[in-house]
Amino acid sequence: MTQKLKTNIYLGSILIFISIIDVSLNSFYKINFTNFLPDTISFLLPLILGTIGLYLIRYDYTGIKRLDSLNKNVNTSNFNALLTLLIIFIIIKSIPPSMSWMILDANISGDSRDACTGTGACWTYIKVWFKRFMYGMYPNELHWRINIAFILVIALGLIGLIKTEKLKKYLPLYYVVIYPIIAFLIIYYLISGGAFGLEWVETGAWGGLSLTFIVSFFCLIFCFPLGMILALGRRSTLPVIRYISIGYIEFWRGVPLITVLFMSSVMFPMFLPEDFFMDKLVRVIIAITLFEAAYCAEVIRGGLQSLPRGQYDAAKSLGMGYWKMQTFVILPQALKLVIPGIANTFLALVKDTPLIFVVGLAELAGMLALAKTNPEWLGFAMEGYIFASIIFWIICYAMSKYSYNLEAKYKTER
Amino acid sequence: MSESIIKIENMNKWFGDFQVLKDINLEVERNKKIVVCGPSGSGKSTLIRCINRLEEHQKGSIIVDGTELNEDTKNIEHIRAEVGMVFQQFNLFPHLSILDNCTLAPIWVKKLPKKEAQDLAMKQLEKVQIADQAQKFPGQLSGGQQQRCAIARALCMEPKIMLFDEPTSALDPEMIKEVLDAMVNLAKGGMTMIVVTHEMGFAKEVADEVIFMDEGMIVEKAPTKDFFANPKSDRTKLFLSQIL
Repeated sequence: MTQKLKTNIYLGSILIFISIIDVSLNSFYKINFTNFLPDTISFLLPLILGTIGLYLIRYDYTGIKRLDSLNKNVNTSNFNALLTLLIIFIIIKSIPPSMSWMILDANISGDSRDACTGTGACWTYIKVWFKRFMYGMYPNELHWRINIAFILVIALGLIGLIKTEKLKKYLPLYYVVIYPIIAFLIIYYLISGGAFGLEWVETGAWGGLSLTFIVSFFCLIFCFPLGMILALGRRSTLPVIRYISIGYIEFWRGVPLITVLFMSSVMFPMFLPEDFFMDKLVRVIIAITLFEAAYCAEVIRGGLQSLPRGQYDAAKSLGMGYWKMQTFVILPQALKLVIPGIANTFLALVKDTPLIFVVGLAELAGMLALAKTNPEWLGFAMEGYIFASIIFWIICYAMSKYSYNLEAKYKTER
Repeated sequence: MSESIIKIENMNKWFGDFQVLKDINLEVERNKKIVVCGPSGSGKSTLIRCINRLEEHQKGSIIVDGTELNEDTKNIEHIRAEVGMVFQQFNLFPHLSILDNCTLAPIWVKKLPKKEAQDLAMKQLEKVQIADQAQKFPGQLSGGQQQRCAIARALCMEPKIMLFDEPTSALDPEMIKEVLDAMVNLAKGGMTMIVVTHEMGFAKEVADEVIFMDEGMIVEKAPTKDFFANPKSDRTKLFLSQIL
């Protein structure tokens, strides 16, 4: 290392250090130690110093690992150096106000609006409304029914983890047919009640996060098999089946979900006989399922199309008929390929559930909309939406993590 | 003279406007080995793909083991189960282990019990000498091993006829021999075989008859010795001079 290089690196580092210290002090303690300078220069000084500093330490090769990777990745030109500094400074500048709003100046104690005296967020609002956000208008003393129903449904869903040779054969049948039916019965009888001495709670009272889960759960498990059938139908050699599938897919992809939901609750009953009754929630679930199945179908079709023709030839040459070929050779491979696309569709589905608010069902985001118009709690929309975003983010992130796991689990070399 | 197991009469096939096969007449007797050769695009592959109806012919008739191939689906699957096929690109099922590749069709098409199917598969894998790879996946095997597995997979259905569609064309030179050896063994076992190949050494060793095709027609069909010793058509002579 030459003497000049050494000096430049030390000088550069010191300049960068000073610029960051300046911004941090300014941001956290409101101290501006360059206020003897004219305002504009004082404001821009950290950027200028930092850029000069990064310019001084920019070398093709120094032998210092960290420095080399810094130079290679972010400090490639003056412009990039400037952008890097700008981003760092914006982050430093934005930490204190958001921290003080969310934590330092926020209130969480108490159970009424009066407890919120600070200038920051009012988490008391979330605390007071928490049960509503989770269970909607469902009667407080009956919340255990929802909890137990969910625990049962999750427990039944985990049956697939038991790996016995004998059971394994029936798992696809179980998950595609039996599980949805059992889950429906559990949720229907336990949450809805009306039988076994349980008090009847109409679906209009269901709501909050639990409703988000119920709607997403049923739509997910029903739209996938339906999408699979449509995808196969669209590639069928029989013109009738093919055109029905194409027609279905193009119709549902062409209409907005919000109109579909509206139709399902307002228009649909008009076509039904007078004495025929179908619950609003059931209609909504059917509507979303039919809608999302069209998207699923196109994703799965992409997977089917990516398989080489040789796979079909090989299966046929072994004497397999259409269904055997699809079940054992084509679909297992195609579905594996479309995991990322399906995860994408499912995430979109979960985040579309708030739209059921238009037909008067208030899931998590819907409850927020109701709560923020409550006269006693006006003006806390921000807290509510941040809360809902965090919850949705956790759900969606978990789903996407799970899809990565699936991808890794079923990865095979071609 | 023994009976014909495959009988093709005046068979024609078009891809759109393009006629790939023109008036094909071919009879194959039981236990005979036929080698089909010819330049690329001459319709060799299409011909053998017609025999198990992976391609449909438009005119003429194909009778395989006494059953005519037509629109009747039930027939087709029955025929396909009796006609094994080995492809240029192996076409193993990449999501299944070697053993499962071999047992899939016996279990689901022939309804063999799992244990029996596995024993049968191991026996066939033994014959092509990859029994030790049974638990691996196709992606972990070399091309030659994959192709031998494909042969075993077809044999597990205990077919009466085996079709080979350029089985060694996608292989590295040093792997061609191991696949050809497996095929020679199979031929010696008395299987009826139709092999599309450019391996003239293989043809000389096992074929009873060689067929030369060009532009969708059978140009020459002769017993192996005659075919190589004194080919009649000029086109055949030219072809042989180029590849031998």
